[in-house]
Amino acid sequence: MSFTLKELSHSEDRLTEGHRLCAGCSESIVARQVLMASKKPVVVANATGCFEVSTTIYPFTSWNVPWIHSAFENAPASIGGVEATYLALKRKGKITEDINFLAFGGDGATYDIGFQALSGAIERGHRFLYVCLNNEAYMNTGIQRSGATGRGAQTTTCPAGTCVPGKKEFPKDLTRIIIAHDLPYAAQASPHNWRDLMEKAEKGLECGGPAFMNVVTPCPRGWRFDPALTIEISRLAVETCIWPLYEFEKGKWSLTGESKRIAEGKKEKRPVMDWIKSQGRFGHLLKDKWSPVIEEIQANVDKKWEELIKLSQM
Amino acid sequence: MEPIALNGDMAIAHAWRQIDPDVVASYPITPQTIIVENYAEFVANGEVETEYVCAESEHSAMSLCIGASAAGGRVATATASAGLAFMWEVLWIASAMRLPICMSVANRALSGPINIQCDHSDAMGARDTGWIQLFGENVQEAYDNTVMSFKIAEHSGVRLPIMTCIDGFIVTHALERLETLETQVVKDFVGPYQAVRPLLDLKNPTTYGPFSQTDYYFEHKYQIMEAMKRAKPVVKQVQKDYAKISGREHSIIEGYKTEDADYVIMAMGSTAGTLRHVVDELRHEGKKVGSVKLRLFRPFPFDEVKEMLEGKKGVAVMDRAISTGSSGPMFPEVRTALYDAVDRPDIANYVYGLGGRDVKIDELKGVYKQLMTKDHDMVNYLGVRP
Ligand SMILES: Cc1ncc(C[n+]2csc(CCOP(=O)(O)OP(=O)(O)O)c2C)c(N)n1
Ligand code: SF4
Repeated sequence: MSFTLKELSHSEDRLTEGHRLCAGCSESIVARQVLMASKKPVVVANATGCFEVSTTIYPFTSWNVPWIHSAFENAPASIGGVEATYLALKRKGKITEDINFLAFGGDGATYDIGFQALSGAIERGHRFLYVCLNNEAYMNTGIQRSGATGRGAQTTTCPAGTCVPGKKEFPKDLTRIIIAHDLPYAAQASPHNWRDLMEKAEKGLECGGPAFMNVVTPCPRGWRFDPALTIEISRLAVETCIWPLYEFEKGKWSLTGESKRIAEGKKEKRPVMDWIKSQGRFGHLLKDKWSPVIEEIQANVDKKWEELIKLSQM
Repeated sequence: MEPIALNGDMAIAHAWRQIDPDVVASYPITPQTIIVENYAEFVANGEVETEYVCAESEHSAMSLCIGASAAGGRVATATASAGLAFMWEVLWIASAMRLPICMSVANRALSGPINIQCDHSDAMGARDTGWIQLFGENVQEAYDNTVMSFKIAEHSGVRLPIMTCIDGFIVTHALERLETLETQVVKDFVGPYQAVRPLLDLKNPTTYGPFSQTDYYFEHKYQIMEAMKRAKPVVKQVQKDYAKISGREHSIIEGYKTEDADYVIMAMGSTAGTLRHVVDELRHEGKKVGSVKLRLFRPFPFDEVKEMLEGKKGVAVMDRAISTGSSGPMFPEVRTALYDAVDRPDIANYVYGLGGRDVKIDELKGVYKQLMTKDHDMVNYLGVRP
């Protein structure tokens, strides 16, 4: 189950160069890691969003594998339909190959508008891995808030003003909501820890039922940071415990990667201030006036972190 | 085959069973629910090999159909009213991907106020989405149209999704005499499904549903329009072929005593039957009247409509739907068809039967009378209290 760089360097390019994502965008990085984790052929469904539009500008496509995009909110249903035909044709002996099914959606497509389709597809038990490319806002339409946007972040629909400090609410804990579906596999991952991410993707693809991965996907445009720092920023998300790495497998929670080491006291848990200072979207919070907001964010991170440690000790 | 008694929904489920599609996606909505319930029983009893998916909404049901059809499966589903409206976004995508999905629509009014009875607002709301639309008059046509719909949609020159519509309750829930075909005859008629560039063909990976900008979008739409044009002769051919195996003649537009008629009323769906009765009664009184039943609404058969109605003194177009702020939706189409006619009839629109409002024999006689005396407005409302 472990991946080596040498081995990966020989794997086929399922998502090729030539897409139009911004420089430094982590969506293609995450997607390539996930795609490489599948030892079997894959069929991919994609929700509307940056990743979809940038990889398929007609008459070009960056996809070397069968791929379908239909709408913003229905990638889980689309891949469910593909899987249904696969089951039917396999039963009738018209297909013999083993195929993995994969869906990508942004956080808007996943936390908000497509949540119903995702929940329904998981409940029905379609065999597919759903990967949320979580850049914490609707980037494709120009950086609007989503249910994944963090408290205090500025977006174009939750701008920071003299009275309001950016987004008022904490993000919805979607991974835990999905885990409440009692599916075979769910995880949070980050592209900086590629091995952890790929092992999780492989487990998700091979778990025999629906699987979910929520991946922090830094967006230099929307988060306002130097495009050279994408991987650093994703590492920071984990080191501050803003984005803990963990998995839920067959009813058991476990911390992984840096998060496991932080919980074991082998690695330092960095303050959220480091996270806030790293990105322009939080710049306004550095004014004295909004220091209570930073405290609230820290308190929320600590609370969620403690809960997670308890869950993983169960 | 011995005739049997089934309602319209059961007749459709029966046709599906004989065809045994690879995937059926279901979500209940009255008056369609009987179709997916019946089919679930066939699945439960191993009578079909279909992968039967209970979606969590109509939006997902249609999205599942899109994925399933793109994957290379033969696919069917059913809906009505709000369900069809909820699918509206993805109906466009099904036609744009040229997926021959077959959908039965049990025509029902749209909210609000909420109402479960028949009118054609649902199908008319979807008329521009690139789906072929066939309307059936009774249980027999529900069955026949369903069998034919697979062959029409899957034709290599067409490859467009198709809606076969029947009137909610009036046909969906009415028990009628039905002549079915042997299952093997149906299977042979429909033939094995030939997928085009399926997603499950791993050797030829295909990108479905790309982002298409101003430089190509218009061309994509134009191609759907061209496929629609090709659909009309295909529908006619399939109806002819079907007559050979069933002995039942269908057409895209059917006239009743129209040859020598001066006054004609045109309608879709179950009202066509009532109209024939009214025509018979008035003919008895010596009135030169006829009626027209339109079976194919998309693509709209402009030439055939013109041919049938040119030279009449008066034509009434009965719309069981309303395009609020304009007229009934079929009316402008018929007027367009007649615009170039040398001998253009007086033409009036009658909006009727919304939300299941009964259409009465005397009311229809009144329409003929108003045509004869030209005592009508452009848009008229049948049986509505002001
Ligand atoms: C029904 C519908 N509503 C709105 C849109 C407009 N829209 C397209 S992509 C998008 C945001 C995508 O955000 P997200 O899912 O987070 O992906 P990202 O682009 O950030 O990767 C929106 C609002 C749409 N395509 N369809
Ligand atoms: S806006 Fe953000 S998510 Fe979208 S392509 Fe650019 S960097 Fe990636």
